[in-house]
Amino acid sequence: MGIIGDLVKGMGVTGRQMIATIFGDGMITTEYPKAFREKPERFHGRHVLNRYEDGMEKCIGCELCAGACPARCIYVRGKENPADAPVSPGERFGFVYEINMLRCIFCALCVEACPTEAITMTHLFEMSTTNREDAIYTKTELLINEDGSANHMFPDDRLANLPELLKADGWMRATAPQGRVEYEGIPGWTPSAGVGLRPPEVGQSGDAAARDFTLPDGTTSLEVEPDEEE
Amino acid sequence: MDWWDVLLVVVRVVGVFALLMTVTVLLVWIERKLVADMQNRLGPMRAGPHGVLQTVADGLKLFFKEQITPAKSEFLIYMLAPALSVITAFLMFLVVPFARPFDITLGGQVRSFTFQAMDLNISVLYVLAISSIAVYAVVLAGWSSGSKYPLLGGVRATAQAISYEAAMGLSLVALIMFIAVQNRGGDVMSMASIVDFQAGTYGATEGFLSFLNPIITRVPKWFILPQVIPFIIFATAGVAETNRAPFDLVEAEQELVAGFHTEYSGMRFAMFFLAEYINMFTMSALMVTLFFGGWGGPFLDTIALNVGPWLASVVSFGYFMAKVFVFLFLFIWIRASFPRLRYDQLMDLGWKRLIPGALLWLVASSLALAIRQFGLPWT
Ligand code: SF4
Ligand code: SF4
Repeated sequence: MGIIGDLVKGMGVTGRQMIATIFGDGMITTEYPKAFREKPERFHGRHVLNRYEDGMEKCIGCELCAGACPARCIYVRGKENPADAPVSPGERFGFVYEINMLRCIFCALCVEACPTEAITMTHLFEMSTTNREDAIYTKTELLINEDGSANHMFPDDRLANLPELLKADGWMRATAPQGRVEYEGIPGWTPSAGVGLRPPEVGQSGDAAARDFTLPDGTTSLEVEPDEEE
Repeated sequence: MDWWDVLLVVVRVVGVFALLMTVTVLLVWIERKLVADMQNRLGPMRAGPHGVLQTVADGLKLFFKEQITPAKSEFLIYMLAPALSVITAFLMFLVVPFARPFDITLGGQVRSFTFQAMDLNISVLYVLAISSIAVYAVVLAGWSSGSKYPLLGGVRATAQAISYEAAMGLSLVALIMFIAVQNRGGDVMSMASIVDFQAGTYGATEGFLSFLNPIITRVPKWFILPQVIPFIIFATAGVAETNRAPFDLVEAEQELVAGFHTEYSGMRFAMFFLAEYINMFTMSALMVTLFFGGWGGPFLDTIALNVGPWLASVVSFGYFMAKVFVFLFLFIWIRASFPRLRYDQLMDLGWKRLIPGALLWLVASSLALAIRQFGLPWT
């Protein structure tokens, strides 16, 4: 009777799931374009280039992101800041900045590499285009506006979920630049989509007390110096 | 035979065609929805309420798609194979009665209007014959595509069909023998009379079991009760004949891309698709007709007497569809639950279990029938 029992067991599983889906809360998919699901906080979506409060671009054209990118899809060309009207607080600024979204694997290594938190990721993933040129995002789309809003290539598209474009992936705000968990919650990084600096998130556990910890070398969290900002 | 008869035949054939098309459209949708439910998904939702019209949309899309013909195909056979598959699928359903016949007077004559395109007195053989021809569609499609995966699929179809055809035929032999002994001189292979034989309930018994009579006399006289083993063999072979999971080695997506219909596109592919669902419906209809009393059910005679024969026909059609949908649901449930058999397991099941099982049952039931008729040899 072994095999019959196994067959019945298998049908039992599918039968139970069917009843749970029809009558209970078994359904796990949503009717996507009509209903959007809450994304995980660290969802890696489209990139944006951020600005400081005074409207200066954060990007200094250092090309570290391009160097870190495993898909080789970032193209940056830096340029000396014009002395009378600097674009970024540094010596240089990102004069050309392009990301080929057809090649991007959304790994966020560019976000980690960036020394100024200029590039961060958002929650928007609806980026389908009808030709390849449109898949290359330039500064026009990537750079955030002075009021903190972000540009979308097709803002009138039914799928353009603009609020998603302003949600940063929480990952960088909760960890130290090196990804060291001991630095969790310490204001080393504040990247976030939008304008200006944001306070870091509290511990990844969501627990404010998680910040009071002792490092292996005996220092407590309050003594740890945040990483120097540029 | 006058032109009324011709008209009736045309009406029946068109009716069967319409029934099969409607059922297919609904069945594809029902299957997708049920499988989605079993996998915690929504399934089609966009075309029509809850996606009912999805099949129609898909059909229209396929209709307008380009028909790509592989360069190395044998064009004539490549073209004919899908037609063969869909024609045999339609032909097979012709002998299945799906509602209670009623009498109408047309042209001054009383005629019996049967809900069955034709009633052959060899219906059972006919079904077996047509289902064998249907295999040719798969084999020829696989061979004529001039491509390797379809060829492998076609070869598998041959082996699978041979193994399961035999089991299916043998299981029906036992059933027909049983019917023939019970109804001497009756038209034992005609589907219409097979349904008639199953009307009513079991008679009261004498002897020590007579205390069960209140129950026995309420049990419908379906052939499933005395013939469980043939039913199980027939159902298993039926799933295998329709090439559905878990016996879909012919079109195993993971191994053979899509087997015999890899190289088909547009309407030619749609024909295979249509044929698969019609076959699934026909197989369920055959199980219902042969083992579960066809369109029979309670109160039919009462309704025919008191309200009118037409209502009895409608109600009996409802009974038929309800029974068939139970089996269709089983088909779908099985598909959603079980992984595909390995090739050796398929052969093992066919040759080492189903065929010996059918043979054993055949011998045993012939002995039992002979003893019942002639008594024990030493008495
Ligand atoms: S997310 Fe990864 S692949 Fe995409 S641009 Fe950044 S580094 Fe390159
Ligand atoms: S985005 Fe960051 S890493 Fe890339 S060039 Fe600008 S400052 Fe450098």
